[in-house]
Amino acid sequence: MPKDGGIGASSKRREDVRFLTGTGNYTDDINLRGQAYVHFLRSDVAHGTLKSVDTKAAEGMPGVLRVFTGADFAEVGGLPCGWQVTDRHGEPMQEPGHPVLAQGKVRHVGDPIAAVVAESREQARDAAEAIEVDIDELPAVVDMKAALADGSTKVHDDLTSNLCYDWGFVEENKDAVDAAIKSAAHVTTLELKNNRLVANPMEPRVAVGDYNRSTNDSTLYTTSQNPHVIRLLMGAFVLGIPEHKLRVVAPDVGGGFGSKIYHYAEEAFCTFAAKALNRPVKWTSSRSEAFISDAHGRDHVTKIELALDADNNFAAIRTETYANMGAYLSTFAPSIPTWLHGTLMAGNYKTPVIYVNVKAVFTNTVPVDAYRGAGRPEATFQLERVIDKAARELGVDPIALRRQNFITEFPYATPVAVEYDTGDYNGTMDKLLEMADMSGFEARLAESKKRGKLRGLGVNCYIEACGIAPSNLVGQLGARAGLYESATVRVNATGGITVMTGSHSHGQGHETAFPQVVADMLGIDESMIEIEHGDTDKAPMGMGTYGSRSIAVGGSAMVRATEKIIAKTKKIAAHLMEASEADIELKDGQFTVAGTDKSVAWGDVTLAAYVPHNYPLEEIEPGLEETAFYDPANFTYPAGAYACEVEVDPDTGKVTIERFAAADDFGNVINPMIVSGQVHGGLAQGIGQALLENAAYDENGQLLSASYMDYAMPRADDVPFYSVDHSSQTPCTHNPLGVKGCGEAGAIGSPPAVVNAVVDALQRAGHDITHIDMPVSPSRVWAAMQG
Amino acid sequence: MYAFEIERPSTVADAVTALAKSDENQALAGGQTLIPTLKQRLASPETLVSLGGIAEIQGICQDDDGRVCIGAGTTHAEVAAGAGAYLALAALANNIGDPAVRNRGTIGGSLANNDPSACYPAGALGSGATIVTTAREIVADDYFQGMFETALDAGEIITEVKFPVPEKANYQKFEQPASRFALVGVFVAKFADGVRVAVTGASEEGVFRWSEAEAVLSGNFSADALDGVTLSGDGMISDLHGSGAYRAHLVGVMTRRAVAAA
Repeated sequence: MPKDGGIGASSKRREDVRFLTGTGNYTDDINLRGQAYVHFLRSDVAHGTLKSVDTKAAEGMPGVLRVFTGADFAEVGGLPCGWQVTDRHGEPMQEPGHPVLAQGKVRHVGDPIAAVVAESREQARDAAEAIEVDIDELPAVVDMKAALADGSTKVHDDLTSNLCYDWGFVEENKDAVDAAIKSAAHVTTLELKNNRLVANPMEPRVAVGDYNRSTNDSTLYTTSQNPHVIRLLMGAFVLGIPEHKLRVVAPDVGGGFGSKIYHYAEEAFCTFAAKALNRPVKWTSSRSEAFISDAHGRDHVTKIELALDADNNFAAIRTETYANMGAYLSTFAPSIPTWLHGTLMAGNYKTPVIYVNVKAVFTNTVPVDAYRGAGRPEATFQLERVIDKAARELGVDPIALRRQNFITEFPYATPVAVEYDTGDYNGTMDKLLEMADMSGFEARLAESKKRGKLRGLGVNCYIEACGIAPSNLVGQLGARAGLYESATVRVNATGGITVMTGSHSHGQGHETAFPQVVADMLGIDESMIEIEHGDTDKAPMGMGTYGSRSIAVGGSAMVRATEKIIAKTKKIAAHLMEASEADIELKDGQFTVAGTDKSVAWGDVTLAAYVPHNYPLEEIEPGLEETAFYDPANFTYPAGAYACEVEVDPDTGKVTIERFAAADDFGNVINPMIVSGQVHGGLAQGIGQALLENAAYDENGQLLSASYMDYAMPRADDVPFYSVDHSSQTPCTHNPLGVKGCGEAGAIGSPPAVVNAVVDALQRAGHDITHIDMPVSPSRVWAAMQG
Repeated sequence: MYAFEIERPSTVADAVTALAKSDENQALAGGQTLIPTLKQRLASPETLVSLGGIAEIQGICQDDDGRVCIGAGTTHAEVAAGAGAYLALAALANNIGDPAVRNRGTIGGSLANNDPSACYPAGALGSGATIVTTAREIVADDYFQGMFETALDAGEIITEVKFPVPEKANYQKFEQPASRFALVGVFVAKFADGVRVAVTGASEEGVFRWSEAEAVLSGNFSADALDGVTLSGDGMISDLHGSGAYRAHLVGVMTRRAVAAA
């Protein structure tokens, strides 16, 4: 029987009422009295020396309040990077400055050069066109390997080269890996690219800066996944505003997918300009601007080698990856190809030794940072593709090869520094094969053939590390932040509850799922609980939402705070019923004395806390509000197995996805409907990456796919009706809910399934094709078939 | 967009007068290309002359020669629903863009713009249509003159398009994955006196007739007749979505499919 409330119930998303009826409160809905508008003049060349920026004509244009250039920010800090990676020689990464407005040089198309603040958006834009910019164009650095060649033009003149870092992991294992590969019975090698993507959330970025002259307080309303992080980064590193004088509000946010984690120049600009002009200043990104100013994702070029022994056991993995950083280091960029990528290279398999080498490279392109999955899709893609290739080379069943090498005993310490607490990879694979109707494939293949189509089947596994992360561990790895989460549970006098979480919901459904947990713990109705998030003046310092961490870390903080509430209410109830605290039980919103018929209701106890007439004042304080900070002991490790069936039109190369099954182990599940929705969304994005999406630059550093005319987003008819299941549950062993996180899984697990399926279809048709780079577009498939 | 004036004439004559007032004036049909262009600030007309209120250029009828005559201001959705006498053309119209585009975009606007990846140019050239303007009648073979280039003079407005109805016809479009314009679109029409094959999306010169295929199909209207008939990738558009060789290949595939489906 499905539950009708609490943990495990598919409670309907209460936030959808306002989202679907147009009554959400997004940042662009916020309009302050006296608000002015900023338009950014952005570089249209990828690389050049800024010789002069003449703003004189623009300053005289109608409605113009002020024109800002890089010089106005000379005394202001640059945008900080939140993670320092140490290279394989023990040296810190090269870390260039990142000015709010360009100083001296422009380094990518879209780099902001000047900003016009005017009474209206159109006036600001008109004036921006009147700014005269003189740029001495320099050769654009676009190709990563060329960027590292001797004599390459440098993106940053003050760095020694375009190499951000050369990272080796685990460096001590390098020789052992080399030796294992040398002596292996079989080595499969695969070179591939993980295509650059643009996140494209439905809501473009928006920032509104506000300043209160009477209190000297600044407020930033922004489209962020983590307002507290923005407050800390912008306040401490850029503008020099202490936290108690700076409020950051991220109200309803229409999707992030990673791209709204980072601290962006436009946020700092609006906050700065609001104070400088004593006027609220608003910026609303156009979709065109988003393509050249939102951090991009992925963009790895990788060579992976998988060594196997004579019995087809994995013996070693060696990878070499070039990771594009773009022109500047976005907030968490250095961590993505390293700690969020190298640590997952073991996948679901027992491989004794692994060595991951990553060269992070500066280029004249938009900065690259986390995008749904962030490092883990890149790890999964190369690993699951090379295993498929190895199976073909060895003439063995790719599923059997995976099963043979599965990790089956937990906890399991991988050779890449992480310890999986729990999992059941055979269990999810069994579930998948049932869902995918493997036995019916031959019949479907025959039916496709009859219609002149090729058909293929791709299966793969994935594992990811979520619930980021133990603060002390990530601190050792270079994070310049803690990664705990916070919650305050405020119980009101009449029993209703407001939970303030440091997590942020931008589509995930926290406002529905989080109350389910508290309701379950207290035995009260979900409707009595409200979630507040996204305002640094309300919630305690929190680290926000990314890396599938909200329920695992934020949910755990909420559990801890609720446990404190329960402990206190039991004390009050014991007092009211003149019983021993140890005998008090809380069930269905009633406190009872065990073994008696004495009881008091939830509301009686909460009222007593605020009207403490009959109250143990000598023992406890009045009031009922508790805060907890939760710092996880380990990552969580969701895992799963995916199966994709495609048809390929041999005449045109067009791939259509006919079936897709996803069997995930997310540990315990709070709201199965929301989890299914998260998987659906992740699958759509993974399929988008596999078949359609491609942020492509030409050799001059111009983004070729800078609008929806050329950047192909997945649409409803590009994706199939999914079969998803998350009934295989091995609960996380180290957090109180036993949850693992589900937000990124679909985007991590699906690209290799699609490409494995396409390669399978082509090989079944007799083509000697071992790999096609994503997106597996019609023209690429056709070109591959031509040989 | 930049500021502009707008005029909404109710007759073709008034529209011609309004357009003639300045070289900087521009006609606005359904606006499916022009409005986004204005939003990008890539055009700055002084006055937009909206043709949307001109009743005399809307609607579909058949003339004495049996031609399907479509007013230039007729939307794609109206053609899809109302060109029952020429089903292949109705089907083409029904697959342009999305419903919003089809409810606003017009046949006259599409042909005047002559986007190299648009569907209607293939339909008009493939049908041997006649484009009627405020000044003259232009046969399709003379009308299309390269990417975004047509025989229209400044201030000349398309009022009607007359389509002879073939014995058989079909349009096949292979969509560019992002824009869903035609990466390659082929319109095939079989008339009593021969076959016409018009190709959109592929060539750097815009819509064109594939004469080799026409010659073969005029003798034997079957997909198999095209075996061995190929097109060179030279002069074909080559971009992110496909090379010239790929487009040339797709022209063959789409032509075969159009013949088979006609």
